[in-house]
Amino acid sequence: MATGGEKKRRPSDRTAPRVEAAKRVVRAAAQVRRRARGGEAGRAIVPPQTVAGRALVSVVAIMCFLACLAVGALSVVREAAHDWQVDISREATIQIKPIGTTGMEMRLARALSLARETSGVRSARLVDERESTALLEPWLGQGLDLSSLPVPRLVVVELEDPASADLSGLRAKLAQEVEGAMLDDHAVWAARLRTMAGGVVLVGVGVVVLVLAAMVLSIVFATRAAMAGNRDVIEVLHFVGAEDPFIAREFRRHFVVLGLEGGSVGGAAALALFGLGDLLLRSGRGDPLGDQAQALFGGFSIGWSGFFGVIAIVALVTALTGITSRATVLGHLKRLE
Amino acid sequence: MIEFENVGLRYGMGPEVLSDLTFDIAPRSFQFLTGPSGAGKTSLIRLLFLSLKPTRGLIRVFGRDTARVGRGELPALRRRIGVVFQDFRLLDHLTTYENVALPLRVAGQEEASYRADVVDLLDWVGLGERMHAMPPVLSGGEKQRAAIARALITRPEILLADEPTGNVDPPLAKRLLRLFVELNRLGTSVLIATHDLALMEQFDARRIVLAERRIEIYE
Repeated sequence: MATGGEKKRRPSDRTAPRVEAAKRVVRAAAQVRRRARGGEAGRAIVPPQTVAGRALVSVVAIMCFLACLAVGALSVVREAAHDWQVDISREATIQIKPIGTTGMEMRLARALSLARETSGVRSARLVDERESTALLEPWLGQGLDLSSLPVPRLVVVELEDPASADLSGLRAKLAQEVEGAMLDDHAVWAARLRTMAGGVVLVGVGVVVLVLAAMVLSIVFATRAAMAGNRDVIEVLHFVGAEDPFIAREFRRHFVVLGLEGGSVGGAAALALFGLGDLLLRSGRGDPLGDQAQALFGGFSIGWSGFFGVIAIVALVTALTGITSRATVLGHLKRLE
Repeated sequence: MIEFENVGLRYGMGPEVLSDLTFDIAPRSFQFLTGPSGAGKTSLIRLLFLSLKPTRGLIRVFGRDTARVGRGELPALRRRIGVVFQDFRLLDHLTTYENVALPLRVAGQEEASYRADVVDLLDWVGLGERMHAMPPVLSGGEKQRAAIARALITRPEILLADEPTGNVDPPLAKRLLRLFVELNRLGTSVLIATHDLALMEQFDARRIVLAERRIEIYE
């Protein structure tokens, strides 16, 4: 019951504007489609049923789906690699090797104090024996006594700003004052990550190019088939004085609609798959597999760049469909001469 | 308007199907093109319409040597020539109105600018009531008149009609002939290809007779 003098809206009242908006979108889409297929001024000169519609939409949808998957996967890997790189470059590690049986604690304290005095360092902390044991546990098993092994000790240095931190100065001081100390700024790892991410991007771009090339070839064949099936129409158009660009436009508008339909279906399917992957990953938190995937990718979400990448692929697929069909028609008409 | 000088035509490596054709079609003239079946009337019409290139000789259309006309210039020349084919060549998925309006549509005109003209022309050829009908439901005579209307809608300077009465009964053939004569009086040159002697008897006009690959002209 409504309280406070304010009348509550019924669920149907709340959904009505959305339904109306959806109807408007459907009406607008139908209008775009009608215009593309010939408009009110006249039916399409090339009959739509003579263009291999459903089969081509399916091919374009599958190709677009694969291209979007490649773009989305690229986006996930690129963002994960960037996150890893940022995490790695914000930290450095001082490794102190055991020399003899004494003096380790003194050297650790000196390394800690040198690290804290260095400009650009936010904090430095010692990895204590318990943490070191936990780190080595997967390889050496439980119940490990580190004091009986010559295991190096670690100091984790967190940097304020990796670019301005005076790591070379710290390295020089450690070499002078702390025997057996070695500073690792993770540059090797960062370089490997960059190389890996670059490699993945190259492979992904290659996959997208190959998929789109296959789609273009399908459109070429479909356009040629449509032209062969409309030979009479083309002849009539020629003798009523149609120019080649006009004929190409008549074919192109069918293919643009087919490309847009196929591209939208493929893109939507890819986005749905990424959404589902993200949902499964979130729901799998706590189990080992989910945690490993989470640690590796930091989530399966493709982010805004991936989302816009998918939209761009759909737009590219539509544009390629139009461009390819037009070029094929013009080439064919030229050969007819 | 159109001039032929020693024109010859062969298909591929075959023998000449048309030899040494020399004649012209003057502005506002009316002529029949006649001859037995297979004499090459349709090939001659295709040469007149720039749909075929001669293997020898010179064809001048509206003062232009067709051998020097580029591919891009053909549509503009073709728009000045109306053609009616024996098999009509109407597009079955378009209405009669849309078929007749097709030359204007391909010329890029807005429908609002030509709608009244198309309706008037359809009334003139007696198809006012059938403008929304599709060609498959039209009779032979109606299809013929729709094809003629399509050829005339751009007010061509010359009309070429290939056996326009081949598929219609004698009364309708007579009506169609009156249509062509009236059109000629309005200033359009007309060439009618036919082997229907009865039709030619009805109107005294120049006759181009095609036989044995060559032509004879009876003024």
